[in-house]
Amino acid sequence: MVALTINGQSHDVDVDPTTPLLWVIREQVGLTGTKYGCGVAQCGACTVHVDGQAVRSCSMPVSDAAGKKITTIEGLAVGGKLTKVQEAWVAADVPQCGYCQCGMIMAVSALLAEKPKPTDKDIDETITNICRCGTFQQVREAIHAAANA
Amino acid sequence: MNFVPKMNRRSFLVGSAAVAGGGLALGIDLPSASAQGATPELGVWVVVKPDDSVVVRIVRAEMGQGTITGLAQLVAEELDADWSKVSYEHPTPGESVRRKRAWGSYSTGGSRGIRESHEYVRQGGAAARMMLVQAAANEWKVPVGEVTASAGVLTHKASNRTLTYGKVAEAASKLPVPEKPALKDPKDWKIAGKPMKRFRAVDKVTGKQVYGADFKLPGMLNATIKESPVFGGKVKSFDAAKVAGMKGVKKVLQVGDTGVAVVADTWWQAKVALDALPIVWDEGPNAKVSSASIAEILKEGLNAEQAFVGNQAGDAKAAIASAAKKIEAVYSYPYQNHAPMEPMNATARYTPERCEVWVPTQDGEASFAAVLAASGLPADKCEVHMLDLGGGFGRRGAFQDYVHQAVRIAKEMPGTPIKLLWSREEDMAQGRYHPVMMAKMVGAFDKDNNLTGLHIRLSGQSILASVRPQVLEQEKGRDPLTFQGLFQTGEHSFSYTIPNLLIDHAMRNPHVPPGFWRGVNINQNAIFMECFMDELAQAAGQDELEFRRKLLGNHPRNLAALNAVAEKIGWGKPAPAGIHRGLAHMKAFNAYVAGAAEVSVTGGKLKVHRIVAATDPTFAVNPAQIDRQVAGSFVYGLSALYYQECTIKDGRVVELNFDTYDSMRIAQMPKVESIIMPSGGSGPWGGIGEPTICVAAPAVMNAYFKATGKRIRSFPLKNHDIAMA
Repeated sequence: MVALTINGQSHDVDVDPTTPLLWVIREQVGLTGTKYGCGVAQCGACTVHVDGQAVRSCSMPVSDAAGKKITTIEGLAVGGKLTKVQEAWVAADVPQCGYCQCGMIMAVSALLAEKPKPTDKDIDETITNICRCGTFQQVREAIHAAANA
Repeated sequence: MNFVPKMNRRSFLVGSAAVAGGGLALGIDLPSASAQGATPELGVWVVVKPDDSVVVRIVRAEMGQGTITGLAQLVAEELDADWSKVSYEHPTPGESVRRKRAWGSYSTGGSRGIRESHEYVRQGGAAARMMLVQAAANEWKVPVGEVTASAGVLTHKASNRTLTYGKVAEAASKLPVPEKPALKDPKDWKIAGKPMKRFRAVDKVTGKQVYGADFKLPGMLNATIKESPVFGGKVKSFDAAKVAGMKGVKKVLQVGDTGVAVVADTWWQAKVALDALPIVWDEGPNAKVSSASIAEILKEGLNAEQAFVGNQAGDAKAAIASAAKKIEAVYSYPYQNHAPMEPMNATARYTPERCEVWVPTQDGEASFAAVLAASGLPADKCEVHMLDLGGGFGRRGAFQDYVHQAVRIAKEMPGTPIKLLWSREEDMAQGRYHPVMMAKMVGAFDKDNNLTGLHIRLSGQSILASVRPQVLEQEKGRDPLTFQGLFQTGEHSFSYTIPNLLIDHAMRNPHVPPGFWRGVNINQNAIFMECFMDELAQAAGQDELEFRRKLLGNHPRNLAALNAVAEKIGWGKPAPAGIHRGLAHMKAFNAYVAGAAEVSVTGGKLKVHRIVAATDPTFAVNPAQIDRQVAGSFVYGLSALYYQECTIKDGRVVELNFDTYDSMRIAQMPKVESIIMPSGGSGPWGGIGEPTICVAAPAVMNAYFKATGKRIRSFPLKNHDIAMA
């Protein structure tokens, strides 16, 4: 049994402790907003917050997340109210297929928590998620819009 | 010409299977109402509910390209709907079979989603509006000509009465559907042509959107699969006992001759077990093939006697033989994989009475045909439910291998829903790859530096030889699609007028399975043609823009697009210090596109600062989504230019994840400025999703040459130790 706190709720999950956090979130907890893209921490589609830090959950054993505060994309909008990042994403009509966007939003939310007014250089160095549709122009626009909201 | 025959294999399969299976032959009753039961349809495209909400029923797929939003805008425009009340749903392929393909083709590739359905969807919207207007006139007992419709409201001005669409929808649905209603002049568009936002953005930013990989059914088990890593190989043996006792594992099974799958409670358990499963492959005759051995075969084709002709004028060989000056270059283009963010997947539930599949697909009918073939059940016992895609780019249309696999696995466990999800590694190993191609380019000048002849010899792989061999039969062995952007006529026609021209193709088909990869053959053909045009201009000592302009006199729309980007990038004016410019253009998918790039090269690092792109698609249904498709296509295209090659070693693909098959990040993203210049008229509409992709790479490479004096002729750039800043 591994004890997890995800989006403020406790979950005791009966899994092999080496199971990646991503798959426990998706399969045992049943939250599918966190996506599988590569499994090797390259694409960032699986990004969640662990104790406030953006983490690629495909490459973190679930045992390492035990007892820590985990937030997934489903935990951002409290009571259905979108965060300013999500609002900016909708306003700029960022998502194309959208598959990578939950991970992108989690990475950006962590960045803005640390640097409320990031420069383009901050963005380039921090946001390394892959988007195959190519939404980067709108992603950058939306990050600045959220920072200034 | 149209490269995709009307009666292709897919529609034949669907049609014949439907008849053979008894669907149409048994005369299944056509439902008088739509799939949601009591809510009536107004024609097949529009459902208006009593609460005034409008559901557009539409069969093309949504994979991020915005097609569904655009098509709904076209329907809503003619319907005079209230856009804020419009949503969409997909009629299932099963319903389409029962209703004689009432919604037309499901195929969402070849940039045809809007350009090949705009007329009939607009007619659908217009017919529904006429039915609503008639119903209101009947209700009010006034002449139909006195009723007007606007933003979901019907008005009889003389009596100052109004009704919303929802109030008369029921009565309207009982009226005959007008045939061939008149369409609005696009000048009068209020919804179409406007920058409407995509549907479902909120679901996408909150994690609510259900992709195929997320789909769940009660009692569902999870599967993952490995096919022979050597294309053409087979399963020799596997030791199921080694993993059968692992936690969660429910079944280890062979799938066809070529694959082995594990079914488990969770996907992660299935993956761990499959990774641990000893499998012995019969690797077959291709186990020694390498990228080098494939390159040798293509090189031979560059000088082969025989080749299929795609475009010809005058006598190019004679012009070259008698040239005062001759320029020659050989280019080559590698295998590349689609690598959409969501790996291939499908969920299947099979019983001897019914087989249903839920799948992110670019072509619901192709998926349906795969379900029929894999299940062995007739059409009236099969169904496909289309889910939105986590990227497609051509991988999820013509190819339905994952649907076949999911159904075959489900068939071994009747009644249990099975979700098959590939690992990223399987997705990379089992692609339908952008084909390899080389080109030998030879240009001839007279003594006054006029271009008198051009010979382009393509040597490489045909997609259609593998995917639609019947087209080659009609074409006496030729694959016309190979000549995209270079062909004599049609939607991908060549834009230059050169007195002596020969463009031919020595077909060389290695064992690696090829596929339609966003843009298809324009990716390499634009690089070959437009980089070599710069080489020719430079050999003639002429400005690259002026050199092209002289040859574009007969192709004013190409010229207009090229002029537009040249003007906006500031061609001919001094560039900022360290910045160098390049340009390129093409006609593809009936759109006229051009691009101009600004780059710098510092310490071996290439930085693309800015790309100006122009497109003339005849009509622009949603300029905001066109903007995004243009900029997005450059991410896909420049990622390929910079990083992407599927190397073949021992008959299989070497690069199995994004660590070795990289993709551009936000740091590398240039500023993209798009110019949308629809020229209107009654001609065919152009595509959006693919055409512009091809102009980024040659524009950037032409600018790179200006910066460095080095001409790169093989790709990706990482092979030349060029880093991307």
